[in-house]
Amino acid sequence: MSLNMVVGHGGMFQFHHCAFYGVGAYAFALIVTKTSLPAWVGFVAGPIIAAVVGLLIGWFCVRLSRLYFGMLQISLGSLLYVIVFRWYAFTGGDDGIYGIPMPSIISSSKSSYYFILIIVAICLVVMYLIFKSPFGTTLQAIRDNPERCEAVGVNVRRHQLFGIVIATFFAGIAGVLFVVLENFVHPDLLFWVFSLEVFIMCLLGGWFTFAGPMLGAVITVGLRTFVGVYTEYWTLILGIILILLIFFLPEGVVGYFLEKFGSQAHGAGERGSK
Amino acid sequence: MLRIEDIYKSFGEFMAVDGAELTVGKGELVAVIGPNGAGKTTLFNLISGQLKPDRGKVIFMDEDITNLPPYQICKKGIARSFQIVNIFHRLTVFENVQVAVLSQQRRSNRFFHPAQNIAVEETNRILENVGLLDNAWHIAGSLSHGDRRILEIAIALGNDPMLLVLDEPTAGMSPEETSATMSLVKRLADERGLTLLFCEHDMDVVFSIAQSIMVMHQGRTLIQGKPEDVRRNEEVVQAYLGGE
Repeated sequence: MSLNMVVGHGGMFQFHHCAFYGVGAYAFALIVTKTSLPAWVGFVAGPIIAAVVGLLIGWFCVRLSRLYFGMLQISLGSLLYVIVFRWYAFTGGDDGIYGIPMPSIISSSKSSYYFILIIVAICLVVMYLIFKSPFGTTLQAIRDNPERCEAVGVNVRRHQLFGIVIATFFAGIAGVLFVVLENFVHPDLLFWVFSLEVFIMCLLGGWFTFAGPMLGAVITVGLRTFVGVYTEYWTLILGIILILLIFFLPEGVVGYFLEKFGSQAHGAGERGSK
Repeated sequence: MLRIEDIYKSFGEFMAVDGAELTVGKGELVAVIGPNGAGKTTLFNLISGQLKPDRGKVIFMDEDITNLPPYQICKKGIARSFQIVNIFHRLTVFENVQVAVLSQQRRSNRFFHPAQNIAVEETNRILENVGLLDNAWHIAGSLSHGDRRILEIAIALGNDPMLLVLDEPTAGMSPEETSATMSLVKRLADERGLTLLFCEHDMDVVFSIAQSIMVMHQGRTLIQGKPEDVRRNEEVVQAYLGGE
């Protein structure tokens, strides 16, 4: 979801979003296991640390355009992966960190489920507000036409950087929630293949829409769960769907339906406003 | 109000702007004319900061704005339209103008206030002014070419500029559309007390509304003066007007 904010709405090729997801998860896990601070410090610190890393990486990346932006991000993100992977003493290396203790209120699977549900719901509401805010509108304008945006007085780079920081913050939250659910962290969280998977979710669902990535995630996870039972080559089917999608529904699934029924919706909006 | 002093810009070996001069007084309607490739668009890009000059100065309201980035120049009060339609294709017509209005009011960085309630009045007034209000909720990419050109101007108005720079606002329009658009531009300039700098190929239009005309040829300024002086100038007639 937060990736879509950057890619779909900011027009930036954030190829390595999961690096920030992983950073959030690790920050949380390390605070809980290596320090005596209470767990809620980790809840808050995870997203903030992810956003700070996003700020640092973003600060370099917004200086580059489009594809180069993505390339640099993959390299910097991979650097993070290698650091986590190799630094056994601190991060546990490729063993990861297992058995992270949770506060007792959210340690059972049922209570952690509701905890995650509530946090996700709050995040969605907040992201939707941002999407509909002047900031969000301007971000979409930058995606459409950064040159023109500068000409109407928008500091494009600063705006993009804000976008990245916000998105990485939410990625950090997602990382923390992963730890709440699974009680472990592993360097694969930061691996770029996982980033690609999230990227595909956005593509599938429709990356210019707000709800698109959610549907994309449902499709991807659904495929893995149901087709994955029969064959380990479920990604083959995902690949075929993706190819068909690019040919027939370049706007994604939600984008397609919006386009098809959009004219009525816009007509209604017009009437409503009068 | 705006003064350009001996400005140069080259692309590789090619001197696009080769020592141009231009003066725009407050409240004036100034036209830049010249054959294709004379450097008009490059000159406009130098004014609004899309390009940086190799040499020379751009002075606006007694302030040197030569090397400022475009968004800061815009904040100083210069807004522009583009020769090649340059709008936000996936946003609605309303949002296209709203983005400019929000930026002008320095409200682009608000996070939690729904955008549809902000700057509505100003945006609608501009759309009404240019006659696009009925299309407000259409996606900008679906507009006709003529309407996109008008939207181009409307976005520039969203910045509430002192100086409006229009780079061939009627490119690709029929003669009827051209005169309709130019009278719209003239009316807007009068109503809002705008200073206007534009370039245009239709000489009848230029000589009927411009108060001052600058003629460019091969990147140089041949002359800037009143329409009647320009019409009489022999060099101009030879280089440009005489060719038609």
